[in-house]
This record gives sequence, C-alpha cells and structure tokens, in this order.
Amino acid sequence: MLRLHVNAFDYLILAIYFGLVVTIGVMARRAVATSEDFLLSGRSLPAWVTGLAFISANLGAIEILGMAANGAQYGLPTVHFYWIGAVPAMVFLGVVMMPFYYGSRVRSVPEFLLRRFNPATHLFNALTFALAAVLIAGVNLYALALVINALIGWPIWLSIAISALFVLAYITLGGLSGAIYNEVLQFFVIIAGLVPLVIIGLHSVGGWSGLQAKIDHTKLGAAAFSTWGGVGTGNWTNPLGDWIGIVFGLGFVLSFGYWTTNFAEVQRALSAKDLSAAQRTPLIGAYPKIFIPALTIIPGLVALAIIPNLGTPKGASYNDAIPLLMGRFLPNGALGVALAGLLAAFMAGMAANVSSFNTVFTYDIWQTYIRRGRRDRYYLNVGRVVTVVGILIGIGTAFIASGYSNIMNYIQLLFSFFNAPLFATFILAMFWKRTTPWSGIAGLAAGTIGAAVMHFAGYHIAYFYPHQVYDPTHATINAQMVNFYGAIAAFVADLVVTVLVSLVTQPKPVSELAGLVWGVPDPNAPDPASVPKPVWWKSPKLLGGVALGIVLVLSIIFA
Amino acid sequence: MSETPDTGAEAPQSAAAKLFDLRVLIGGLFLVYGVMLTVAGLFTSSKELAKASHININLWMGIGMLIIGVFFTTWWRLRPLRRDPPQPDATGTGQ
Repeated sequence: MLRLHVNAFDYLILAIYFGLVVTIGVMARRAVATSEDFLLSGRSLPAWVTGLAFISANLGAIEILGMAANGAQYGLPTVHFYWIGAVPAMVFLGVVMMPFYYGSRVRSVPEFLLRRFNPATHLFNALTFALAAVLIAGVNLYALALVINALIGWPIWLSIAISALFVLAYITLGGLSGAIYNEVLQFFVIIAGLVPLVIIGLHSVGGWSGLQAKIDHTKLGAAAFSTWGGVGTGNWTNPLGDWIGIVFGLGFVLSFGYWTTNFAEVQRALSAKDLSAAQRTPLIGAYPKIFIPALTIIPGLVALAIIPNLGTPKGASYNDAIPLLMGRFLPNGALGVALAGLLAAFMAGMAANVSSFNTVFTYDIWQTYIRRGRRDRYYLNVGRVVTVVGILIGIGTAFIASGYSNIMNYIQLLFSFFNAPLFATFILAMFWKRTTPWSGIAGLAAGTIGAAVMHFAGYHIAYFYPHQVYDPTHATINAQMVNFYGAIAAFVADLVVTVLVSLVTQPKPVSELAGLVWGVPDPNAPDPASVPKPVWWKSPKLLGGVALGIVLVLSIIFA
Repeated sequence: MSETPDTGAEAPQSAAAKLFDLRVLIGGLFLVYGVMLTVAGLFTSSKELAKASHININLWMGIGMLIIGVFFTTWWRLRPLRRDPPQPDATGTGQ
C-alpha cells in the first residue's frame, strides 16, 4: 500500500515550498531585460549556484526513483552510473572542453556545431536535441503524476496540469535564472528529504552489516555488494554486464556524450559569470554526484531487505522503493519535507529540459533559420512563447512514457540514440583541425543509425541474456548491457564515418576555427597573462584531480 | 553564430545584475522548516517514535535544518553580494 498518511502539517510544508518556487520566478523576473538574461541568465551566476544547478538538473526522475530501483534490483553495481559513469566526464568537461564552449561565446551546444561544422550538422543536432528535451520533460511529468497519484491520490491529469503550471510560472517569468535558482533550492530540499530515509533505514536493519546479512537472504544475494564482480567477458554475471560495456559503453561513450554535450547540462555552465566559474561548474557538481548514490542505493537495498516480494509480480515495483520507505518510516513533518523534495526533483527534471529546449529553439532554430536579424526584444518574446509551447508538448509526450515499465531504461534508450554519437563528433571537432563541415552531419547520422541497429540487433544475440542463453520472449534481456553496446556501436560508427568523410571533403580554413579547435587560439581572446589567476583552491585541475582521486579510492573500497 | 542580430542603437541592457541573492531564500526556508520540525520533534508521540525505528527524526532534522539555515544567512551577512564594476561593453543598469 503506497498511500501516505499526509496531514495538514505536511501540506503546510508543501505549501511553503511551492510558494517559494513561484516567488523565485517572480523575483527573478526583475533581472530579465534581454533574451540572454532570459535564456542564459545574462551569464552572471556564481560557480556554487551553477555547480549545484548542474547536478540538480540531472536529479529528476532518473536519480531519485530510477536509481533507488536500480539499487534494489542490482545492488551496489548501480554506483557505476555515478562514479565511472559521470564523474570522469564532468571533470573532462570542466578542465578540457569548457574553454571551447565558454571561450567561444556560443550560446548553445548546437551553436558550437554551427560554427565548427555547417548548417546541416547544426540543424540535425538542434532538432534532435529539442525532440529529446521535450520527450524527457514529458517523462518527468508523467513520473511525477504517477507518484502524486500513488502517494496522495490526486488524479493523473490534475497532477500533470498543476505541476506543469508551476514549472510554467517560474520559467516563463524568471527564465533560466528562475530554473537554476529553483534547482539549487531543490538540491538542498531533496537531500534533506533523503537523508532521514537512509539513517532510519540503516538503523532499522541493524546498520551496514545488518543490511548485508539481510540482503544475503534475498535473491540478489552477496553479489549486491560487489561493484566489479562478474564483469568478465564471455560469461558475465554482473547485473550490468561485462566490463567492456561498463567501461566503454557507460563510462566513456554514454557518460561523456551526456555530461559534455547535453545542452541541459552545459547551459548551466554557460550561465556562469566568467570562464573560471564556468570551468568549476561541473567540478563543483562532481562532489555531490560522488555521494548521492548513498542516498539512492541504500534506500533501494533497505526496501529490498524489509519489503516482502519487492520487484516480483506479487509485490510492489522496484520504482516504489523510496515512496514505500517514506510511508513506512517518516512521521508527519519529515514526510512533508521528503514529499516536497520528491516533487521538486521531478519538476526540476522537467524544468531543466524545458529551459534548454527554449534556448535551442529560439536561438538555433527560430533566429538562425526562420526569422533572423530582429531586435532582441523580439527574441525574448519568442523565448517566452516557446517555453509555453514546450511545456504543452511535454504534457502531450508524458503519456508516451507510460509504455515502458522502467523509466531508467527508457531514458537510457533515448540517450544512446541521440547522445552517444555526439561525443565522437565533438572530440574530433575540438582536437582534429582536418575534421570537415560535411563530416559532422554524416558522422552524427551514422552514429544514430548505429545505435538504433545495435539496439534492435542486440535482442537477437544470446550474449546479452543471463548465462548467455537466448530467450525467444526477450523477457530476460539485459537491457542496460544492450544500451551500453549500442552506445559503443554509435561511437564507432560516428568516428569511422567522420574520419572517412573528412578525408574526402574540403576542411574549413583555419582562420574560421579560431577558439573552436585545440591549438587554434582566438586572436580576439584576452591575453592569458592579463587574466588574473584564480586562487589555488579554484584551480580546475586541482578540483578535478581531487574528485577523480575520491572516486578511485571509493571504487577500490567497494570493488 | 557569426553575425550578431541587428539590435540598433536602442539595444536593451542586461538586467542580470538585478538578480537577488539566493542565499537569503535558502537560509530563510531552512530556518522556517527547522523551527517547524524542531517544535514538532518536541511533541513526538511514542507511536511515531516506534515507526521511525526509535529515532526522533523530526527533532534531528529540525536541528540539522536550523544549522543549514544559520549557515546560509551568516554567509550572506558576512559576504554580501558584491556588484562587479560595469564591463566596458555593457555599462551598468541602474545599480
């Protein structure tokens, strides 16, 4: 029984939170006078704000319920989504790639492709990104409505309408500043909501060792506590498959593709007030990312230990792990805070996608191809209208998500089609001057096709089934592993086609690549010697190195 | 894009400097929540205590949130938002 016993005290906590959400939008409205104020926060925000927003933008449906579900289903191997599958890419974005993005003053990731490649590449990326963004906004909206329906009993349509209305209010008023400020606030509220579940949950099962003992008696067994066990190729037993898929598919292709080229993330860094703050944005975000798995995987495992039949046809679904624990443990008050955090997380997951969708649509599609050369005021209004339209499309696509039982797999599927080839294109674009304009679109198209082909072929390959035995019903397929291999296929297809097309087509003159490619500095950029050197603890290399070091130590401890 | 939109002489100035300080709101929310939960924690029933594995979670959460609230308001008081001097290409907007 999922229904929570919410009382007036909890509703008061929720009302205060949602009042503040709208207040942020109203107050941020004063700071919007230009389209860049609305779509990029006027590039004015401090690093701690953009850094926490960077991590919050990803702290939506995926993190909270999906990762707790993975925790209950797979155990500690779920940390691969956080450690190898996020932190190295964040460090790479901050240390290596941000100078190209922020230094070239592009206003979006597609705009980088326009300047580096050609309009065809740009349009392909802008359209696929915009499509993915509204789809994922819809996923978050639908997930939110399901949770509200299960927990407090509101009808699905009402939840969708009300939460979309709140998101609409604070983004159309406050623009990206409204979205980012709410993401930072949401970060603290969701942490405050999850910490009690971890503390009470662990206490109730007798601490970490008690949890291990209890999990030993479940079907997951002791394997739940080994992150790198059973990843040998040929006869993998790890729930995420073999190490090739985890290291190259998840850790390299999917992770770098998402964190370094997904505009919903990169946009947070572009809104920072200077290059130093932009570089530190993903690095500051990396530190909470390292420790968030404790807040999602542990509740997942506790739920598996104490809730009978979790994840079986007779019992509740894995996705219900966190709501079940909330109902089981939290008294009124703490329950209200946890509920506020959960709802806020879903809204922020939607808002991040809408606020990046409106920027790409306004600047990259409308201003570039449909109505160019108008006054800035015109594009500001376009941005506002597009925000409303994006949310309406999100509401419509919310129902597409209902066809898939595991939200995580659905979003991973989207990533592997759209995002996986991107990193191959970007890495060649930034580090190989010879990469030609037409190789961009060719590589991206090949990569997307590669991902799709691998996805559908994977279901007919015995290697992707447990014990490597083919199941004609496809029911036992290791979907994560197919996604990882699909990403590898996309990356390889993109890389090969980009290089081949580059070798037979005309490259851009080097003068047009200034500031966009490694080794071709922008002559208009300020002299590096004249820019004041940030204090030592703000050094991107130091911040990134320490984050990687912590991940390495934790990976060894929990191997 | 290579070409900048023709914004003419009346190009609007960025108002980003008018953005309020988020630390006030974070601090304020956590102080309010902290007081609410701490007070609720002082009146926790034994039934609620048993439900939460004998941890008075409202009290502990309330105290924890008060500490976060004090941290953000203190940070805001000690290091108020400093307006950077206007950039040469974007003169200040009324601050």
